[in-house]
Amino acid sequence: MTWTDIGAVTDVPLRGARLVKTHAGCIAVFRTAEDEVFAASNACPHKQGPLSEGIVHGQKVTCPLHNWVFDLNTGEAQGADEGRIAVYPVRIEAGRILLEISALQNRSAA
Amino acid sequence: MKQKLVVIGAGMASGRVLEHLRDRAPDQYDITLFNAEPRGNYNRIMLSPLLSGEKTYAEIVTHDDDWYADKAITCRFGEHVVGIDREAKTVTGQNGTVGYDKLLIATGSAPFIIPVPGKDLPGVISYRDLDDTNAMVEASAKGGKAVVIGGGLLGLEAAAGLALRGMEVTVLHLMGHLMERQLDEAAGYLLKKDLEKRGITVLTKAATKAILGEDHVEAVLLEDGTVLDADLVVMAVGIRPETRLANDAHLDVARGIEVNAQMMTSDPDVLAVGECVELDGQLFGLVAPLYDQAKVVAATLTGEEAAFVPKELSTKLKVTGCDLFSAGDFAEGEGREDVVFRDPSRGVYKRLVIEGNKLVGAVMYGDTADSNWFFGLIKDGTDIAEMRETLIFGPAYQGGGQADPLSAVAALPPEAEICGCNGICKSTIVNAIEGGATDLGAVKATTKASASCGTCTGLVEQLLQVTLGDGFEMPTAQPVCGCTDLSHEDVRRLIKSQELKSQEAVWQELGWKTVNGCHTCRPAVNFYLLADWPLDYTDDPQSRFVNERNHANIQKDGTYSVMPRMWGGMTTPQELVAIAQAAEKYGATVKVTGGQRIDLLGVKKEDLPAIWADLNAAGMVSGHAYTKGLRTVKTCVGSDWCRFGTQDSTGLGIKLEKRLWGSWTPHKVKLGVSGCPRNCAEATCKDIGIVCVDSGYQIGVGGAAGMDVKEVERLVDVPTEEEAIEWTVAFVQLYRENAKYLDRAYKWLAKVGLDWVQEVLADPAERAALVDRFDLSQSVYQTDPWAERARPEVAQSFQPLADFTLEAAE
Ligand code: SRM
Ligand SMILES: Cc1cc2nc3c(=O)[nH]c(=O)nc-3n(C[C@H](O)[C@H](O)[C@H](O)COP(=O)(O)OP(=O)(O)OC[C@H]3O[C@@H](n4cnc5c(N)ncnc54)[C@H](O)[C@@H]3O)c2cc1C
Ligand code: SF4
Ligand code: FES
Repeated sequence: MTWTDIGAVTDVPLRGARLVKTHAGCIAVFRTAEDEVFAASNACPHKQGPLSEGIVHGQKVTCPLHNWVFDLNTGEAQGADEGRIAVYPVRIEAGRILLEISALQNRSAA
Repeated sequence: MKQKLVVIGAGMASGRVLEHLRDRAPDQYDITLFNAEPRGNYNRIMLSPLLSGEKTYAEIVTHDDDWYADKAITCRFGEHVVGIDREAKTVTGQNGTVGYDKLLIATGSAPFIIPVPGKDLPGVISYRDLDDTNAMVEASAKGGKAVVIGGGLLGLEAAAGLALRGMEVTVLHLMGHLMERQLDEAAGYLLKKDLEKRGITVLTKAATKAILGEDHVEAVLLEDGTVLDADLVVMAVGIRPETRLANDAHLDVARGIEVNAQMMTSDPDVLAVGECVELDGQLFGLVAPLYDQAKVVAATLTGEEAAFVPKELSTKLKVTGCDLFSAGDFAEGEGREDVVFRDPSRGVYKRLVIEGNKLVGAVMYGDTADSNWFFGLIKDGTDIAEMRETLIFGPAYQGGGQADPLSAVAALPPEAEICGCNGICKSTIVNAIEGGATDLGAVKATTKASASCGTCTGLVEQLLQVTLGDGFEMPTAQPVCGCTDLSHEDVRRLIKSQELKSQEAVWQELGWKTVNGCHTCRPAVNFYLLADWPLDYTDDPQSRFVNERNHANIQKDGTYSVMPRMWGGMTTPQELVAIAQAAEKYGATVKVTGGQRIDLLGVKKEDLPAIWADLNAAGMVSGHAYTKGLRTVKTCVGSDWCRFGTQDSTGLGIKLEKRLWGSWTPHKVKLGVSGCPRNCAEATCKDIGIVCVDSGYQIGVGGAAGMDVKEVERLVDVPTEEEAIEWTVAFVQLYRENAKYLDRAYKWLAKVGLDWVQEVLADPAERAALVDRFDLSQSVYQTDPWAERARPEVAQSFQPLADFTLEAAE
């Protein structure tokens, strides 16, 4: 596991998200009202809508382009829509966000 | 020979250890007890009732001199331990050294002091021990103002105590809601409301920058520049395990002193207990686990097998009249289900978090009578499948044929209050139904139940269902979304009548079923709040669709379009040059829009602040082509140039655009002003369209040319430009105050009727009041969002949080 410090929790707006760029694609880092942090692929499986620009409610995000809703725990699309976004391990330590990026590094190396 | 035990710290944890030890093996150890405080063991958690005056010191002492004498414990109170020598097996206090066979470190925690200027000024107090409490009592005797930094358990107990002692108290809390570690937003909102009822001011998201004063504290300065006068500052922002001695003695220390399940440190002859320890990465800040640890310490010291296993914890706040409870894990999560119950009239909120068939967390506010029962279910991992439907109603509703949710209502006693506003109980309503009031309207008319705030409507409907059985059909008012049963119109009405001024207030008082809404209701509620309370409510960008949050239109490929205002469709060569340069610099495609201005398409998000700054520098502001707000005001050349022009249509268009820009509206608002009935500005298909004629101005409203094509209806004819502007502004404000979110003006007019609008606006006083309210809102909202976001501090948030693609390239 490679935990990498990507910034302070407070750099991400409450009920909002920020973008992290990697060689294997963009990751959206979300912060919920309860100060939990999630990381998932930024690209909506529908038509690649940028999920970091969506509305965060509860532990879900709504895609800004056509309103698909994803559970940030599983990455599963909710309701009638079918699809899944990749989710990545992330944790908070002393107010900093740590992202596990080895999966992404491996993929880009391969 | 007796072994020697030295104990450092006479706090709540070590006190319990000594009790167990003397019970189990009265003679095994010679005990020496050090305490930095000049006294023995007292009940630290009762300092809050002591502060508020509800208890005296004598009442909270747990071990007095007689007890120590009786148990033959050598007390060295008021003496700091300054060093441990593990090789020599000695402990050194300020007054001398003593040897040990076994050592117990129980030094508790130290309050965390935020490192701001002025933190050491007299009058700045932390909240940890009796001396702190006495200092607060003394300070409060002079009255005056207190600022408590920290809205957690300790801070709030201090605040409540000081308020009871007559001080004017303000609580500063860094996070968005109080006690964020124990409570969710909804409960945090209720707590804030209760504290405010006691006269305590609560400021959330308040970061302390400095404490000001010459030779005593005088004020607190916040990051946002606010200055709060203060005669006393209590710092209660958290605690840190007191590990200095252990560190110096080279024991393994992480955040706390590391122990194993037997409470042994990295040195088997040194044990540690209480808030100073860390087990498997976990710290302990409440007495329940410390008492469990104390048992294990006593067992280990007497050579018995025992292991400390952390259990579920629950929290209560000791502020008389604020009933709250939280336990377990109440974060939402995969496979987790929330059951939310809100009773706005009583200020009750309950939330259960269920995973599989188990209860894993609970938060309750206002009614905590059943909290122990719920806590038991969490701790025991009870299978709750059988009682799921009625679980939230508590133990009273369990057992015996209660699977149908309606039966909870059926089971309510006849005297149960249904309508809190009018004090109507269940039997009155049931009698009315049996007497022939068979729908909601009739029940309202005969009993007044649900006729005021309307939040008990659901309960009344359930009573109708229970009483009439199949004879009752649930009405189908279109709710906003799955988060509530209320319609948009109800929500708007209740926000006004109940003076709800925050999102949390809406979720709680209107009984929302989700924690913080969804993408459908949240933007609507955000708009209603800012339209009705422009000064009290702050627009929440996180409750807006991407375009309105980023102040640009997102495109299908994730880039954005940028469109500056061209007032009334007029521009200048300088503006055109600046637009051309920006287009080149940022690689944008240029398009002339259908709204008489120029669109720059395909701009990257990262470049937005820079292109805005460039356009701002040329005097241009956001065209708001992305908002539910004022879009364009299309004009024709009018009397300035046209041989048929009757009035200055271009000038009026510019005036209107300058007056209306920046305002948020239920849906977009487009205007057109034509200089004559030839109507080259297409004014007759705009939300508001003005056609100039010889005798003045014809104002039409409710036009559209999008998914529906509508011709405007005539609102009024007025002779002067001034009146044309007044009527237009008043109409926009009436629309802002009354329409459902996402209803264009024509849809709203179809619901309320043009007659009603004309009637309201015909009254000059009403018109003037609407204009005033519009201008008040504009005093907050008529700012260029681009200029704000082009500032370096804000522009930063348009960049990625981290960019690993750059890193690898280096
Ligand atoms: C840029 C522009 C088209 C153009 O190239 O000319 C445009 C572009 C969009 N229009 Fe429009 N509309 C544009 C003039 C119009 C007009 C013509 C007008 O205003 O004279 C209309 C018909 C008049 C009307 O509004 O009644 C028009 C009716 C719509 C509608 C339908 C509204 C309705 O109530 O039926 C939508 C959808 C909506 O708003 O929900 C829409 C939505 C959109 C959006 C914002 C779609 C979206 O949400 O992403 C488009 C953004 C494209 C982009 O990627 O930037 N656009 N749109 C025009 C900008 C005008 C301006 O200067 O601000
Ligand atoms: C105002 C207040 C209200 C609280 N309310 C609650 C509540 O409602 N519920 C709950 O569960 N918990 C509550 N707590 C927390 C609870 O009091 C603590 O968890 C508990 O007291 C910790 O016990 P301890 O023995 O580890 O440390 P303490 O009780 O802090 O004892 C440590 C002792 O060690 C002494 N010491 C430290 N260093 C040295 C040294 N070098 N030499 C000699 N002596 C030293 C200190 O002076 C102190 O007396 C509250 C705490 C406070 C301050
Ligand atoms: S008509 Fe408007 S919304 Fe439709 S594609 Fe054209 S710009 Fe987009
Ligand atoms: S791209 Fe996300 S919903 Fe269409």
